[in-house]
Amino acid sequence: MTEYLVRRILQMIPLLFIISLLSFGIAELAPGDPVMMYLAPDKRSLSTEELNQIRHQLGLDQPVYIRYISWLGNVVHGNWGYSLRTNDTVLNEIESRLPNTILLAGLAMIVSILIAVPIGVISALKRNTIIDYIATLGAFTGISIPGFWLALGLIELFSLQIRLLPSVGMSSLQAGLSGPQMVWDVIRHLILPVVTLSFSSVGYWSRYQRATLLEVLNQDYVRTARAKGLVENLVIWRHAFRNSLLPLVTLAGLSLPDLVNGAYVTEVIFGWPGMGRLGIEAIISRDYPVVMGVTMLSALLVIVGNLLADVCYALVDPRISRK
Amino acid sequence: MTDILSSTAKAPTQSDSQFNQLWFQFRRNKLAVGGLFFLMVIILIAIFADKLEPYDPLKLDTSYALGLPKPPTSQHWFGTDELGRDQLSRVLSGSRISLSVGFVAVGISMLIGIALGSLAGYYGGSLDNLIMRVADIFLSLPTLYLILTVNVFLKPSIFNVMVVIGIFDWMGIARLVRGEFLRLKQMDFISAARSLGASDLRIIVRHLLPNGLAPIIVSATIGIPNAILLESSLSFLGLGVPPPFSSWGNMLYAGREWLNQAWWMWLPPGLFIAATVIAFNFVGDGLRDAFDPLQKGH
Repeated sequence: MTEYLVRRILQMIPLLFIISLLSFGIAELAPGDPVMMYLAPDKRSLSTEELNQIRHQLGLDQPVYIRYISWLGNVVHGNWGYSLRTNDTVLNEIESRLPNTILLAGLAMIVSILIAVPIGVISALKRNTIIDYIATLGAFTGISIPGFWLALGLIELFSLQIRLLPSVGMSSLQAGLSGPQMVWDVIRHLILPVVTLSFSSVGYWSRYQRATLLEVLNQDYVRTARAKGLVENLVIWRHAFRNSLLPLVTLAGLSLPDLVNGAYVTEVIFGWPGMGRLGIEAIISRDYPVVMGVTMLSALLVIVGNLLADVCYALVDPRISRK
Repeated sequence: MTDILSSTAKAPTQSDSQFNQLWFQFRRNKLAVGGLFFLMVIILIAIFADKLEPYDPLKLDTSYALGLPKPPTSQHWFGTDELGRDQLSRVLSGSRISLSVGFVAVGISMLIGIALGSLAGYYGGSLDNLIMRVADIFLSLPTLYLILTVNVFLKPSIFNVMVVIGIFDWMGIARLVRGEFLRLKQMDFISAARSLGASDLRIIVRHLLPNGLAPIIVSATIGIPNAILLESSLSFLGLGVPPPFSSWGNMLYAGREWLNQAWWMWLPPGLFIAATVIAFNFVGDGLRDAFDPLQKGH
């Protein structure tokens, strides 16, 4: 197991290197002048000479490969550069957004699992009954409805029509909120984005749970459990259900990057100050140090998520590690 | 088994064609049949959109709208936008664009995925290793960022949106085809073909691909709605299909401005996206079960 882990982790290094090279190249291809983003709007009418001087200060006049090498050298030393928009360090930018995204996406993931697993189990146990059909229809609706459209509908209904919930941001701007009032305020801001995000994943996860449970119910060991006269409830909950949760571990590992990448569109619509919005804003304004930081972080997480999924799977299913 | 017996359809026999057997299985899934019917209607609408549109979807009528979206009337069933363009006509012509984006993007990703997956699965070894590592890299890249960056770079156009979505979505297919090939390659009929002197290309195209077709078709059917959703997300961020052309996604983008004032700006295009995507997913699900009746467990 240790040897396997070491090998997998060593494999990550060339992968990340190539990804950084590719992302740097693509960010480089994007049109627009990063210097313009760096300058305050009122200073954009500087002379060419002055612009060139700033470009020189920022190192933007160097050829691409020199800039890539110096970027890489800095990153190895833990320096991810400075945002061209805010002048803050890239790490600070990410640090200020990351907890918000983890809060939103983590909550959405927990909510979806708590709703989806029971639906999937019921759907599998009552296969081809009216309950199963309703669950299937609901699940496909959840998967198919565009998240941003649902978000628009929710905002229209709950924020604009009945004015129950806030539609933008993470907290109310009015000062003086503290303690439980502040927590309640954040919760109110969380409700609509969490519902939006959970909607599609509930559909997805419940279908998945239904399929795996059905598959497990056909296994020989379930037939054996029934054949030895075990009560049906015990067959289902002790033998079938517990084994049907195995693939869910993989799915959870593969969903890990979502926790950090954030849901771009949902974050943009609800004005949630998270990673997804940071990435989109950075791309649109050619803030390439931030784009690189966000891209590398998310690539790292995809790779780690895959690894974690494999490792967890091997841990809970002893048949795999024996291979 | 009772539903087979009580069904009025004749159970398939050995002599029936593969297609008949498939259709027999598929028909038992009512949601899939409904989805297929809906898709045929939507595809017909897309094909004949220019005949069905009551107005030119690009024609402005500012003297009618006066800068505000006008609600549905008997002349404009879905109302008009703030420039006086007929929303029904725009939704209909949007169906053409949204569906073509879905089909073309998936066509491109299929082409790349099948080619690379076949090479990796058939030849194995270092070529397989190389192709799968490239797939890993593509899978680890945050797709939406890349698509956004490339789209900013290429300037949004309908064609670019299709190509870019296609290029960044071939990895799943490649893995699937590779897996099928690895499995099929061991079988006797492939050794038989090889001993008869069939070339590599012939074995891949005539023997391996047809036998691995089922999961590829299912995956394409499920890929199309995903491409449609992706296009609408891109358009919604203002980086997809550019105005004045209408896709369902950029109509939602436009409708967002009038959220509380004009429901007819954002409700119909969203409903069309949702219904089409649901229908594709139902059909994909039905095909999966039809191709593999044993999987359902009897």
